[in-house]
Amino acid sequence: MAILDLANPTRFLSLAQRLLPWVSVACVAAFVAGLYLTFFVAPDDYQQGATVKIMYLHVPAAWLSMLCYSTMALSALGTLIWKHPLADVSAKAAAPIGAAFTFVSLITGSLWGKPMWGTYWVWDARLTSVLVLFIMYLGLIALWRTIEDPIRAGKAAAVLTLVGAINLPIIKFSVDWWNTLHQPASVIRMDGPTIHASILWPLSVMALAFTLLFLVMHLMAMRNEILRRRVRTLQLHAASARHGVATPQAAE
Amino acid sequence: MTQLLDLGPHAGFILASFGITTVVIAALFGWILADHAALKGKLAELERQGVRRRSGARPSGTPS
Repeated sequence: MAILDLANPTRFLSLAQRLLPWVSVACVAAFVAGLYLTFFVAPDDYQQGATVKIMYLHVPAAWLSMLCYSTMALSALGTLIWKHPLADVSAKAAAPIGAAFTFVSLITGSLWGKPMWGTYWVWDARLTSVLVLFIMYLGLIALWRTIEDPIRAGKAAAVLTLVGAINLPIIKFSVDWWNTLHQPASVIRMDGPTIHASILWPLSVMALAFTLLFLVMHLMAMRNEILRRRVRTLQLHAASARHGVATPQAAE
Repeated sequence: MTQLLDLGPHAGFILASFGITTVVIAALFGWILADHAALKGKLAELERQGVRRRSGARPSGTPS
């Protein structure tokens, strides 16, 4: 099934209906495994002690905050270039989920920073660029709600999303370009992770769990968005029928 | 089980992190499910009023 086959909302809804149970079960299983590894298997850090367990939330949430925005940026291209009817449905559905993950990433980072750095917040390049990402999400959600017509809203949001996409490399490389309090990358690096396997495994399982969670919620939110557009179309039909809005032929 | 309880001197920060994350994800899920239920209700109401989608309005027997 090519992406274009999914242009038909009804076909997408039936695919989502079939996929959701499986992805949901896989997501729950991954979380059970991840949390077990986090609390019962992963060793404490020799410096941070048990506080390192916050990493198993903070890092996946940060990755997902950027994965969500990347999904929206790809959807924006789908809207503007290929005019794929479900592209802006995907982008609109992903925005609140991305905002939630970014919020979790900021909060858990702050709760990790207080005991480790001695402060909840510092205007560090990494923290500040992630805060900008969070504000971008809120701005996009507001933009969607401002324009009544979903097609026009989709185009406007797509342009803003692509403009904001410049923030993703800034977040990723902020720890290399500037002298930051936030540590440099320790997993996604050119010369491989610097984390020991006993900590890398639980982190990978939690990242998988968060990714599956995003997939589940994104499918469900896209389903809602398609239903919302159907309701809007039917309501327009009903209103035009009630007010006897004649079609041109009928008027002659 | 003892390792679970021994979260060290910063246990509060660890539990707060897991707690807030759980609340945010649960709230997001709850909102998506509530939204779905509301939309299903609206669609059912419109169907009751006899408002059909174009594909639904086609007389039976006509290839869709």
